[in-house]
Amino acid sequence: MSEIEFLEWVRGPGFEIATVIFIAGVIIRLLEIVILGRKENLAEAKGSEMSSGLRTIVTRTIPDKGAFKRSTFTIVAGYIFHIGLFVTIFLFAPHILLFKDVIGLSWPALPTPIVDAFAVVTIITLLAILIHRMRDNVLRFLSTKEDYLVWMLTILPLITGYMAFHRIGMSAPTLLAIHILTVELLLVAFPFTKFMHAFTIVLARWYNGAISGYRGVES
Amino acid sequence: MTDRSSDKEKTLGDALRSQGVSRRSFLKFCAATASMMAISPAMIPKIAEALEKARKPSVIWLSFQECTGCTESLTRAHATTIENLIFDSISLDYHHTLQAAAGHAAEEAREVAMKENHGEYLLVVDGSIPMGDPGYSTIAGISNYDMLMEAAEGAAAIISVGTCATYGGLPMAKPNPTGAVSVGDLIKDKPIINVPGCPPIPVVITGVLTHFLTFGAIPELDHIGRPMVFYGQSIHDRCYRRPFYDKGLFAETFDDEGAQKGWCLYKLGCKGPTTYNACATTKWNNGTSFPIEAGHPCIGCSEPRFWDGGGFYKALSMPTQDIGKTAVYTAAGAVAAGVAIGGLNKLTKSGAAAAHDKTTIDDLEKE
Amino acid sequence: MSESVQFNIQVGNDLTWNVAPLLHEVKHALKKLIDDGKTSIIDLRSIPLAPGEEDTILQTLGQGEVHARLDALGPSEIIETQYSGVWLITHYNADDEIISRFIEVTNMPDILNSQKEDVAEAYGRLAATLENPELQNN
Repeated sequence: MSEIEFLEWVRGPGFEIATVIFIAGVIIRLLEIVILGRKENLAEAKGSEMSSGLRTIVTRTIPDKGAFKRSTFTIVAGYIFHIGLFVTIFLFAPHILLFKDVIGLSWPALPTPIVDAFAVVTIITLLAILIHRMRDNVLRFLSTKEDYLVWMLTILPLITGYMAFHRIGMSAPTLLAIHILTVELLLVAFPFTKFMHAFTIVLARWYNGAISGYRGVES
Repeated sequence: MTDRSSDKEKTLGDALRSQGVSRRSFLKFCAATASMMAISPAMIPKIAEALEKARKPSVIWLSFQECTGCTESLTRAHATTIENLIFDSISLDYHHTLQAAAGHAAEEAREVAMKENHGEYLLVVDGSIPMGDPGYSTIAGISNYDMLMEAAEGAAAIISVGTCATYGGLPMAKPNPTGAVSVGDLIKDKPIINVPGCPPIPVVITGVLTHFLTFGAIPELDHIGRPMVFYGQSIHDRCYRRPFYDKGLFAETFDDEGAQKGWCLYKLGCKGPTTYNACATTKWNNGTSFPIEAGHPCIGCSEPRFWDGGGFYKALSMPTQDIGKTAVYTAAGAVAAGVAIGGLNKLTKSGAAAAHDKTTIDDLEKE
Repeated sequence: MSESVQFNIQVGNDLTWNVAPLLHEVKHALKKLIDDGKTSIIDLRSIPLAPGEEDTILQTLGQGEVHARLDALGPSEIIETQYSGVWLITHYNADDEIISRFIEVTNMPDILNSQKEDVAEAYGRLAATLENPELQNN
């Protein structure tokens, strides 16, 4: 298969397959969670569930002092690489074109050299996180194969994207095709792994706020 | 065609002098050649020395399933004396579009040239070869395949000119009705230089010929057989509109403000980032301009299968199929499936609760 | 409407930022000529230049005292720019299209010199002409 054929496969059928699995998987899993529902609470409600729940979705963004002291590195590094992912995925001009094609919306982009810098910082942060996970005794004990797989699927699009942009190592069409392929692998793995936290975090935070709000306490 | 018998033994230098070309003119020719081949001007004396001593190689040009664009591109040089000089520095023993002879005389000329120069002649091919049925493309009743195999056997090297000969080109585009293949698909035992492009830039064609003449060897090739000197850089890397790409300034349509200001054409489908060719530096029509400078995105014509490359006006980061409909159907199907599965889960759960089943670690760890 | 179409292509200065570095290279070449007597040749086709940038370079270099025209396989123009030692050589084909352009930093571009092969050939030809009996009577 020539390199252009490979590129066209990942841009065509490959992308379609990945998108179908992604959309179907996410929707089915979310519905499963919601439909399973919660046990009915027979006590009298002392406050509003919904308002506390919604508020908590936002307020949990700020870590509580104790947790921050205990896991400073994890929290700080986590924020850095998530912000980095947001910038490199959603504020890079060619990616915005992709979104425009798929969902019809577009928004202004950041200058490319800035996105490039964010990518570098994100890659370094992810490497540091892996090292931390492997060296810290508790984390190492808790880590499963899935944790390492998810880490790999997160860093690969960043590294291959950087290589494709700077044209390092292989010919341009091959680098671009490999980058798109790694993103498709991520999309396919998304509904079956802890990537789902991207959506379930909303449900989880809401739930925490709701149960506190129901009891009339601060969350 | 030149009188082969008299100047066969002459070197290129002698041949030029006998035509009244002064040494000064020869130096001008070498300077232009060095510029063409992107060789440092410091090498001009070396080129002069090499060409001076070069012997006229016999060149056989075979045209198969092609549009003649490659020959046209090359002979835009009809009044350009430098390219004429290159043609004079080779003995073009067979070219069925350019030659005066026709019919049996022409085919005989080809066979004689091939026999006399067996093992030493240069074979230039443009056009793809149909494997579906030999009758799809024939010359003098001989199928392209047979003619190619016979000619390749005695060739010193093969130069495939144009994307059709190098990678199959337009005939090979879906659904490939003639079963077209490239020269490289058929010949495995001879050195092949691929000079793709639709058409290739004229100076690239002559540059490769001249390199062969000057150094008697094949230039350094990339992983798909293209000379690195002309195809080593992507259009994107040498494009003068690159600063606009980096700043995120794109033309959105063909006549908007961005297009008039000469902004980057990525959004209009430019394949510059994935295309390797010399258009951005060497340009066309003796350095006049190239598609991007004229305001049209690069179509990637020197890459294999560029015709099936997902549309000339679709940006590289966009998927080639229409995802919208698929996404909506998938979502609808997923909602239905999700409700069904969710319902089933609830039944399982209430069943388990009624039967007072023990909860196990597995149940809790299930994702 | 009888007006011709206006193409409003505005191109900024120094789009490729290659103009200043190239002129600096010329400056360094001049120094090399002064210090070591070495000739340097710069091929203007080897560097990507945006529309208008080549003109900026040529305007900066300007025109000096020498303007020579070569008629060899089409015309060639050899001028000494306003900076002595910096020569601009432009080769045209028979259709007046530019086929190559060099900046040569030297005392005398080699192509202006009479070439020894041509001189040898000229000697033979002049000798043959002088032996022509018609000339001998004058």
